[in-house]
Amino acid sequence: MNRRNMGKETGGTERCGNVHPLVRIIAGRLVWAFLSLLAVSVIIFAALEMLPGDFARSVLGQSATPEAVAAIRHDLGLDRPAAIRYIEWLSGVLQGDFGTSLSGRGVEGGRSVAELVLPRLGNTFLLALLAMAIAFPLAFLLGLIAAMNRGGRIDRAINSVALAFVAMPEFLIGYLLIYWIAVRAGLLPSLASVGPDTPLAERLMRMILPAATLSLTVIAHILRMTRASLSELFERLWMEALQLKGIPMAIAVRRHALPNASGTIANIFAFNVAWLITGVVVTERVFVYPGIGQLMVDAVTSRDVPVVQACALIFAAVYIGLNLLADIVAIATNPRLLHPR
Amino acid sequence: MGVDARTLVSMRDLVIRRASDDRPVLDGINLRIRSGEVVGLVGESGSGKTTLGLALLGRIRPGLERIRGHVRLEGEDLFSVPAAELAALRTARLGYVAQNALEAFDPAWRLLRQTTEAALLHGLMGERTATNAATSLYGELGLPDPEELGWRYPHQVSGGQLQRIMLAMATLNAPDLIVFDEPTTALDTSTQETVLKAVRRLLRKSGAAALYITHDLSLVTRIAQRICVLHRGRIVEDAPAEEIVHRPRHPYTRALWGVAAGVRRSRPVPEQPLLELRGIRTGYGTGPDILHDVSLQLARGRTLAVVGESGSGKTTLGRVIAGLLPPRAGEMLLDGEPLPPRLKDRTQEMRRRIQFLHQSADGALNPSHDVFMILSRPLALFHELSGRAAQQRAEELLEMVDLPPDILHRRAARLSGGQKQRLALARALAAEPDVLICDEVTSALDAVLRNGILQLLNRIQERTGTAILFITHDLSAVRAIADEMIVMHEGQAVEAGSCADVLKAPQSEHTRRLLAASGAGSSRFMPAGQ
Amino acid sequence: MTHRARIRPTSPGNISPVQVAAATIMWFYVLAALLAPLIAPYGEAEIVGEAFAPWSTQHWLGTDQLGRDFLSRLLYGLRNSLVLAVTTTLLSFLVGGLAGLLAATGGRIMDTVLSRFVDVIMALPALIFALMLLTVFGTGAMQLVLVIGLLDATRVFRIARTLAMREAAMDYVEAARLRGESLRRIMIAEILPNVKAPLLAEAGMRFSFVFLTVATLSFLGLGLQPPAADLGSMVRENATLITYGDFTPLIPAGLIALLAMAVNFLIDGRLEEEEGTIHGG
Repeated sequence: MNRRNMGKETGGTERCGNVHPLVRIIAGRLVWAFLSLLAVSVIIFAALEMLPGDFARSVLGQSATPEAVAAIRHDLGLDRPAAIRYIEWLSGVLQGDFGTSLSGRGVEGGRSVAELVLPRLGNTFLLALLAMAIAFPLAFLLGLIAAMNRGGRIDRAINSVALAFVAMPEFLIGYLLIYWIAVRAGLLPSLASVGPDTPLAERLMRMILPAATLSLTVIAHILRMTRASLSELFERLWMEALQLKGIPMAIAVRRHALPNASGTIANIFAFNVAWLITGVVVTERVFVYPGIGQLMVDAVTSRDVPVVQACALIFAAVYIGLNLLADIVAIATNPRLLHPR
Repeated sequence: MGVDARTLVSMRDLVIRRASDDRPVLDGINLRIRSGEVVGLVGESGSGKTTLGLALLGRIRPGLERIRGHVRLEGEDLFSVPAAELAALRTARLGYVAQNALEAFDPAWRLLRQTTEAALLHGLMGERTATNAATSLYGELGLPDPEELGWRYPHQVSGGQLQRIMLAMATLNAPDLIVFDEPTTALDTSTQETVLKAVRRLLRKSGAAALYITHDLSLVTRIAQRICVLHRGRIVEDAPAEEIVHRPRHPYTRALWGVAAGVRRSRPVPEQPLLELRGIRTGYGTGPDILHDVSLQLARGRTLAVVGESGSGKTTLGRVIAGLLPPRAGEMLLDGEPLPPRLKDRTQEMRRRIQFLHQSADGALNPSHDVFMILSRPLALFHELSGRAAQQRAEELLEMVDLPPDILHRRAARLSGGQKQRLALARALAAEPDVLICDEVTSALDAVLRNGILQLLNRIQERTGTAILFITHDLSAVRAIADEMIVMHEGQAVEAGSCADVLKAPQSEHTRRLLAASGAGSSRFMPAGQ
Repeated sequence: MTHRARIRPTSPGNISPVQVAAATIMWFYVLAALLAPLIAPYGEAEIVGEAFAPWSTQHWLGTDQLGRDFLSRLLYGLRNSLVLAVTTTLLSFLVGGLAGLLAATGGRIMDTVLSRFVDVIMALPALIFALMLLTVFGTGAMQLVLVIGLLDATRVFRIARTLAMREAAMDYVEAARLRGESLRRIMIAEILPNVKAPLLAEAGMRFSFVFLTVATLSFLGLGLQPPAADLGSMVRENATLITYGDFTPLIPAGLIALLAMAVNFLIDGRLEEEEGTIHGG
């Protein structure tokens, strides 16, 4: 948005300045995101190491023969140094191989984690995207309205409702929707247990309630942040100076404040992905929706480490990636960096 | 001025107060500005002068509310016209120049586009006309390369240039009234002069009326035909500039002229020095030297002023003596005995003998402690006083600095600025120090409070014989309080001697510049004999 | 550009009726938690009748999936959830506060190491991290307190560090050093009174967050070990009732929300400031 505004009147006079600061800072962010992800992967891998007790025995049960235990230990690579196993695990992950699930082991030889995760990943992304598509514009609009009426009655009403919603656990919102809309009114199905063969229309129908739940849980957070950031922006002296030179508030907001807020808005978006992920895990549980949030919780309960690792790594990558993207947007729309002295 | 005496804008019985605590910010203001008249509005920070200036443009900031009164621009009430009309009025007939130009521009828009935005929005000019008008205004204001400048972003030009671009923006549509809100305060001395000249030229050429807001009385006499003095939300004096200069009536106006504290009378010749610094060199962390080879002597009962601009190293010098920053080289002697460089190596007795008064009493007093707590700590630490004895002594100290004893149990946060500075002084005196280091203690105070503190310091010195190291950038304060002075510049003492000698016949180039800058306005208009 | 001039209306520091109501609600929770064993009609894990019995004079809120008295479970659950959240908040404050102070006063290397460590932990959404750690350590009250407390300590760390750095740079601290006050006295008598208010607000916020996180993890089945009751797991265990049009399982969920709301409204102003600190660039 910002860039477009500037581009329009660049004319022929754009000075071929030194673009290095921008590139350097973005490169710095890339490195930092990469290091974060690496550090997180170390932590995630270390989880396996920290498991107390002999894992192989706990999987096979007390009656297992020593040979079987040794075989499984060898299978899992538990008899080799941790550093080597980390590198092997990581290179496997990079090729899409997240190892073998522990839960099915012994009975049917275990399923590959990727096989478990991949189909559910699509479901989760669909749900999250749907929720974000509803939540973000709505929350942003409400936040903008509140900020423009800062201190007024509309602002106080919006803020109080948001404050109440922030305090509601996701499952309360989910079950309230089920209770009212699915059970009492009978309008929509209460469960969202879709399968690969579910027709698209029915799939979307079943996703309405989960998506609504997820939206409601993040709207309040996004709204409050938007309101805080935008009203801080509206209090800048140059917003006052604009009005004093005769630019009406609405135009000043549209032409000046919002383009300046693009970096902030990107950051709010990325920041709230954390709430979205929490929401995904709980919502999938409430609606029995086959996504990776549900999968991860099941894996935690059964202590299926490779699955937990895979899910955690995916969530981490998404979160870090989106934050990186937001950082880059903020940097690339900062006039000081875009047009160095 | 003069010929056309038509009233352009009038403010009648305007009362504006803060919504949060109902405190009046403007308390019944009546003001009339005629076409083409330049009115100066002088007041200290917190006097309500910015609120007044904005009200003249029909603006009341959030958190403030208008209780009564109105502002009329040729009969039209600015507080009752519809928003769209007010916007059009502001563009066509009103102009505004803010104090800090860098914060008054949208950082993401090119300067030319911001200059012409309002004119284009309200259809006052076509795009080409506006661009040409803006560019030629840039040129008239002495801006370098006016063709190219407009394509830059606010952060790409200097503060003084930005301020002039703001002047261009305010005058582009040939307004009838321009409000200048301290347009030169944030600039350094030489840039100030350039901008001030630009303002004068512009006003003369355009014939617009203006309200020029400032805290600097001597500066406004160079611009305004009439001056209003604002004090605590009221106009206490409204007279032609000549009158204000030569026959100020209100005591506050007289206090604003500053030097009322008078010149210090001469003292007996000093004996051996109490505090001596030899070849002090220092800096922060691993950074470059801030002080290079500074030496000084301070005798009992005398006041030594350390004068310099910000960044000259004068505050660093005070911190070295206080033991907050160890020197890299050189030595310090107290009564001929070496003084350890670090605070932690000094004995409690040494700490007692050297007291340090911070620039801002606001920060130096713990806001959650009450007055007694604040005074009783040094009494306990340095004199082992407690209970009734401590209370009695605390009351004596309050009396010494002209504070009423009934504030003893009030929290520091609830005191006024002047009271805080006095309390900080009382705390230093509680130690019964030999040397009192005053670090810019008057710079945050308004003229009246400042004179009060200076007189108090003189009186206390007479009573206790404490030697004072007075760090300041304010030469009128030096006249009022110091016996000797040293002038600091870029970490070096460029001049030292008795105040009378240095002020009368400065030896170094830098001192002369400093004197010229500080005295430029005031000496010309200084009423004789004051 | 650290200091940006802003026009901010000052807000009155009065206590509003909403805050009085919020405080009253909080006291009711504390009372109910303290008196649970006295006022609960039945024992925490006592099986007293049929599973999923409807509301009656004997069992005001009916019975749960194993035939235990719902009201009694609710009171015990409230007590357990509250104790868990309070303990966790205390732990998070202790660890985060100490680390923050250490970072602010312990020199640049200490600060860098601690801050970077916290950055990495905060690079993951808290819930995901919690799930991972619970996989490793298993589920249970102890694990829950430790995991959430330590994760939440990262947030406290940031606040404590900022506050400590800001206050340590104040002139009144320097004035205290100049008159030879001990480090301990400077911390306790000089700095602490000035950071009490923001720390209390932060404590409220952390409590609210921790309380919700504990509830969420309990709901996911990763909370207290059965047969101990907690609000989150009561919702999960009885959720089937909802599909039959019985809203009883929503009561514990509502109780969770009500307390979190009360805390939020009590500290509204502060919460807002905290969220306002996330800017672009």
